[in-house]
Amino acid sequence: MCGIAGLIHRGKSSNVGSELQGMLQALKHRGEDSTGYALYGDTDGKNFIMRFKVGENVGEGSSSVMEDVSVYDERKKIVDQTLAEMGAKVVKEERTLPYSLRYELDYNVKDLLEFSQRIENIPGVEILSMGKSLEVIKDLGNAKMVCDRYSLDKVVGTHAIGHARMATESGVDIKSAHPFWGYPFSDVSVVHNGQLTNYWNNRRVLENKGMRFMSECDSELIAVYIAEKMRDGATLEEGMKASLTGLDGVFTYFVATKDSLGMAKDTMAAKPLVLYESDDLVAMGSEEIAIRSVLPQEIDTYDPFDGEVKVWQI
Amino acid sequence: MANLKTVSKKSKAQSMGMHTEVLTGRTQQKFFNPDEAENFYYFGTYDVDFNKRTELDVKDMTAPEANKEIDNLMSQGYGTIVIKNPQGKHSLGVGILNKLNLIFEGSLGYFGMGSCDGPIVRINGRVGWSCAENLMAGKVVIEKNAGSCFGAAIRGGDLICKGSVGARTGIDMKGGTIIIGGDAGAFTGFMMQRGRIIILGDVGINLGDSMYDGTIFVGGEIGSYGSDAVDAELTKSDQDWLKRKLKVAEIGENFDVSKMKKIVAGKKLWNYDNLEPTEKKGAI
Repeated sequence: MCGIAGLIHRGKSSNVGSELQGMLQALKHRGEDSTGYALYGDTDGKNFIMRFKVGENVGEGSSSVMEDVSVYDERKKIVDQTLAEMGAKVVKEERTLPYSLRYELDYNVKDLLEFSQRIENIPGVEILSMGKSLEVIKDLGNAKMVCDRYSLDKVVGTHAIGHARMATESGVDIKSAHPFWGYPFSDVSVVHNGQLTNYWNNRRVLENKGMRFMSECDSELIAVYIAEKMRDGATLEEGMKASLTGLDGVFTYFVATKDSLGMAKDTMAAKPLVLYESDDLVAMGSEEIAIRSVLPQEIDTYDPFDGEVKVWQI
Repeated sequence: MANLKTVSKKSKAQSMGMHTEVLTGRTQQKFFNPDEAENFYYFGTYDVDFNKRTELDVKDMTAPEANKEIDNLMSQGYGTIVIKNPQGKHSLGVGILNKLNLIFEGSLGYFGMGSCDGPIVRINGRVGWSCAENLMAGKVVIEKNAGSCFGAAIRGGDLICKGSVGARTGIDMKGGTIIIGGDAGAFTGFMMQRGRIIILGDVGINLGDSMYDGTIFVGGEIGSYGSDAVDAELTKSDQDWLKRKLKVAEIGENFDVSKMKKIVAGKKLWNYDNLEPTEKKGAI
């Protein structure tokens, strides 16, 4: 089933980590195999923030295996070495969990595609997000468990999207969890509720065009599909509109960039979405109770119609 | 209690719209006696007084707790109940088979007012997916917007949304009337079998797709017609009925109904027009 939630504050920052946790926790009945956050925090914008994993947190149904921490250490060393070779200086390093790391990088990147490919060529290493504002944090468990594990409740920023997952199309592991980074674009992330039925056809085409898939989760296709459109010069909104016919199946999804948040709904409107919109805040989720966790007072909400695409700026 | 296997008053049952096939089972035997038709009531319903009013704050209640408390208040004779702080909770007000004046001061989540028969409900907020699913009788008024599958499979009663509704409004409906003050999404009237839908605003693609019967009236633009949906002539009696209905619904009283489009099923199905056994209603 899965639940998605997102919010964007226009013209100000707020405690988006805590707010999104409340929204996703309200949706935990839609799935708590894993929960993911894409948080757009307040930063000075100088350094890249790279969230990556060197191993898996594995649940029932996953094809991944638990590994010894020493394996993670070894992979981390190779990542450090590769970064040094590329001239990327690690300004700050956090290792929240043995398999999950956050680096702030002083790096004048020319091509994120080449950078990402070199890092991800290291076996067992996956970049969860790369950007100057975006941080993707995802792990097994419900929203509160993940929030507590990664201390997300203090994160201040302008906007965020998140996902509470009931695994259906792929395993219970971090690599299949949402949000997906819009590789190789800085600060682009996607969450999705639904099923895509032309996943393999699209994947073959996109891989032939040099795009990368890290999981077999159909939702990852949305991130890659839009990233490919943007690579060819489309705007975010143009890429999202193209997806309404390019992607087959049922879906409601959110895309976020450094300064915007968008939603798209398939032409059959088969998946739910409730939306609240005011001058200073847009909040949306699979169910109204998600919005109520940040706006408990009586508010006006609505369901976007079939085939609708909307994009908001901060 | 009569044994329906030996019911002899076939004509009376038929005049009441009841099916006359031989039925078995304790539920039918308990509830459907043509001789007691005038005193027909559901097991577990209450004699309530509309002038006896109370409030119920459900902020810290789960939906089952809130619904049980509504039932408890009805058992005490309260005929008007005001629900405070519903806050988008799912499944509130379901299964009320009673006369009741119920007012929600706020919005409901999914499945609000499902499988009800008889209550008059006003929701001063929005409703989520599948509001009033399977409504059998009564009136449900939503002051704001509604989600998808609004009035799915309703069999009777009036379901009114003063705002806009999502996709698949009136899907599989078998009777009753759905009135929308704003716009409606895709697949409105999908597989509808009986009843009427009135939309004052625009409607999305595939209107009336695969409809068997029933009528849809649209005041605004139509995205596209679904399979089997065709235009029909808007008659004088249609217009009179629309005026009356919109007035009763407190919505669009001054709307120019003469410009509405009327959409019906373009196909004829064999053996479709047999009445659904009324007996089934009591078993729900």
